[in-house]
Amino acid sequence: MKLAYWMYAGPAHIGTLRIATSFKNVHAIMHAPLGDDYFNVMRSMLERERDFTPVTASVVDRNVLARGSQEKVVDNITRKDAEEKPDLIVLTPTCTSSILQEDLQNFVDRAQLEAKGDVMLADVNHYRVNELQAADRTLLQIVEYYINKARKQGNLPEGKTEKPSVNIIGISTLGFHNQHDCTELKRLMKDLGIEVNEVIPEGASVHNLKNLPRAWFNLVPYREVGLMAASYLEKEFGTPCVNITPMGVVETARCIRKIQQILNRQGADVDYEDFINEQTLYVSQAAWFSRSIDCQNLTGKKAVVFGDSTHAAAMTKILAREMGIHVVWAGTYCKYDAEWFKQEVSEYCEEVLISEDNGQIGDAIARVEPSAIFGTQMERHVGKRLDIPCGVIAAPVHIQNFPIGYKPFLGYEGTNQIADLVYNSFTLGMEDHLLEIFGGHDTKEVIHKGISADSDLGWNREATAELNKIPGFVRGKVKRNTEKFARDRGLNEITLEVMYAAKESVGA
Amino acid sequence: MTVAQDPSALTFECETGNYHTFCPISCVAWLYQKIEDSFFLVIGTKTCGYFLQNAMGVMIFAEPRYAMAELEEGDISAQLNDYEELKRLCVQIKRDRNPSVIVWIGTCTTEIIKMDMEGLAPRLEAELGIPIVVARANGLDYAFTQGEDTVLAAMANRCPDKAPESEKEERSGIQKLLNFGRKKEDVEADESDYAKHTPLVLFGSLPDPVVTQLSLELKKQGVKVSGWLPAKRFTELPVLEEGYYVAGVNPFLSRTATTLMRRRKCKLIGAPFPIGPDGTRAWIEKICSVLGIEPKGLEEREQQIWASLEDYLQIVRGKSVFFMGDNLLEVSLARFLIRCGMTVPEIGIPYMDKRYQAAELAFLEKTCNDMGVPLPKIVEKPDNYNQIQRIYDLKPDLVITGMAHANPLEARGINTKWSVEFTFAQIHGFTNARDILELATRPLRRNNNLKDLGWDKLVREEAKV
Repeated sequence: MKLAYWMYAGPAHIGTLRIATSFKNVHAIMHAPLGDDYFNVMRSMLERERDFTPVTASVVDRNVLARGSQEKVVDNITRKDAEEKPDLIVLTPTCTSSILQEDLQNFVDRAQLEAKGDVMLADVNHYRVNELQAADRTLLQIVEYYINKARKQGNLPEGKTEKPSVNIIGISTLGFHNQHDCTELKRLMKDLGIEVNEVIPEGASVHNLKNLPRAWFNLVPYREVGLMAASYLEKEFGTPCVNITPMGVVETARCIRKIQQILNRQGADVDYEDFINEQTLYVSQAAWFSRSIDCQNLTGKKAVVFGDSTHAAAMTKILAREMGIHVVWAGTYCKYDAEWFKQEVSEYCEEVLISEDNGQIGDAIARVEPSAIFGTQMERHVGKRLDIPCGVIAAPVHIQNFPIGYKPFLGYEGTNQIADLVYNSFTLGMEDHLLEIFGGHDTKEVIHKGISADSDLGWNREATAELNKIPGFVRGKVKRNTEKFARDRGLNEITLEVMYAAKESVGA
Repeated sequence: MTVAQDPSALTFECETGNYHTFCPISCVAWLYQKIEDSFFLVIGTKTCGYFLQNAMGVMIFAEPRYAMAELEEGDISAQLNDYEELKRLCVQIKRDRNPSVIVWIGTCTTEIIKMDMEGLAPRLEAELGIPIVVARANGLDYAFTQGEDTVLAAMANRCPDKAPESEKEERSGIQKLLNFGRKKEDVEADESDYAKHTPLVLFGSLPDPVVTQLSLELKKQGVKVSGWLPAKRFTELPVLEEGYYVAGVNPFLSRTATTLMRRRKCKLIGAPFPIGPDGTRAWIEKICSVLGIEPKGLEEREQQIWASLEDYLQIVRGKSVFFMGDNLLEVSLARFLIRCGMTVPEIGIPYMDKRYQAAELAFLEKTCNDMGVPLPKIVEKPDNYNQIQRIYDLKPDLVITGMAHANPLEARGINTKWSVEFTFAQIHGFTNARDILELATRPLRRNNNLKDLGWDKLVREEAKV
């Protein structure tokens, strides 16, 4: 047992659901107790989804415990198949079903006999993998399933596309700024004259998965999701994979050069050097920003970085290499990927921290006292407590990290966004200090607004105590309204009864 | 499906139970805030933790007095000893937080692996010197607010059955609150405000301001509230002697009511719940009638409240509202909204205890007859998919539903109100009637403001359900 207040990566089934619901017309059925369908709330709230999240639960209750799921799961699958006619139904095990050890594969096989669509069991072990690993795995499973199906039916397309083309692998629902990144990557590919063959899983149809082998190469922008599917495609079809995250000016250039190399090896004869040069020097503002006076002021400032492998590694390199900021430590919660992370960042920071324990991260921040933190929502809250500004660079995130405006982290526009994020975090911190030194913006507290200027009304102790229970941001309003009520009625002491009578009368 | 013979009686149906609700462990969110010296330990998996972390939002960061005991593979396969593991964690909690009680929340996993929490707790309690209360608030058996019910039922067994004379004053937290800072003579004079009656203890967790409001309402009738389950602190749990009267303030507390009657030999006052001015008046009247007190001024008070709601009533009158059902407050809210002039085609509800809610159901029926509107269909364990088809057919003016359905319904031009807000807002008593309508009318008012923009339906026609 582990005492835990907070976790960075979610349970395995969340990863599977993220992949399944990213595809078009794929439905997931969770084998889970009542209340485990919280994923639907997250997707509906965070992504502000207009459509019903295609996830239902086959509810595990007392009866199921006593008799096993028996027909229930099969019925739920065939029912959903008839109601919504999905291309694929993914039966998703949860921690509960892992312990029950029912033969879910058998249910899938039985349901498949009746269902018109395909039915599949997500192959993830709840106690061994987390959300990210499960997502990676489920994507592989679905890709493999449809490649094999096409092979069996003999309709796997032969050969490559005429012009250089790419599959973008790993864009998914509830991923950190994934939608914007996807748009930016497509734009980058267009600028490079590369056709986008398929984007998976977001918005993709399972029928198109058989076209994956036609791409000249695969681009996997995030380390957490997509590598397994990409290496499967490499093994089966020899499709090379570019897994350099194009985040930051230097890494974006490195990614593009790698693409150039891979295309030329297949006889494309492209040269992207001029494009990289043009973008770096004149189009993206990030290189100029790092040269400007603003950024000079950031030289040697202390920062710490924490997040998933992809974003924490890229951010560390940007801060250290492109802005001259002193990264005291960089860390990730992707413990299973620790070796890669250490290798990526060790030359750019003093210390590497691999941990899933938010307490340990919080302590490490307090110990270092950086001028800015780049982390998840958890680190943002640590920053609030310690009065250190924080830029959020990775999941887990809140609704404000699903902006409506265009905010990619990848590609050349991404470099601009990151420059803003970094700069805003640091200046805010500076301003704070200046304010502290000079005694704040305005030392006069605004006490009243309106009629209760010099109150002649007495609040008795109960009423005062009650008033203090009211949340601060409305307390002033309640106080004013109550006093107005009392004054209108010629009362000169405010008691609990007066308070509530006032509330009833004005509806405040 | 059982259809009552009498067409003018309520109909009850039961569907598949494929509906969305919160896991009952969510009760820790409000109970740890209510019981200030408690610590809640949820013994479960990452799934439970992930739910709590996301559902609680910002509260997580306020150093909450709750945590997960996250089970690992070794716990599931019994390679680790449950007792030793729990002891290790509880020692740590005692050292870091020093609570007056640790509440163990059992989950689906502890049920399936049959962890003997009720057996382990007394042993560890003796060893550690901190009371350990066990509540099995799991998703196999319960929905959302029923979590509180399991915790309060467990706490009911911890209420002292007789307080030593000297402590009596200390224990009655609410009286102390009401008498705060007064001289002893005043307090004694106060006693004369109350009629002589058998002690009354109320149960149900409410925010402190609402506790004060309801206690004051009863005080006006001369009814003294001797205690409240739960109190602000675990050490202030009310005395429960045999023969005491108890009354519930929320519709989801049937296990607690049963425990109070059967185990503590208390007498339950079955009344409608004090939600809405009609409910509050009926609740007080029922309590008064049981205690042999003639209520006074209630009718005027109710009328006053209704009059003050007129602006909101104008918005809701004649409109229809559909409850998808997820928190068990549905019957009381529907009854109030019908009295406000709305019609209710369907009340979805996770679980319906017809005995505990008997008075509320009768009141609902009476309200429908008074208002001349058809009786709603009550659907227990609803099926959300079927409900959405019915919503498309009925086109209600307002759907009260969980967040999973709210945005998709709004995108299809259907007004929704997120049901969970009713659980966290202050909705009890005369004073808070306005807050219920403030919530219920918000989507109507908002969409009124936007109505001329032509943006009602924001999904493409071919979009599927």
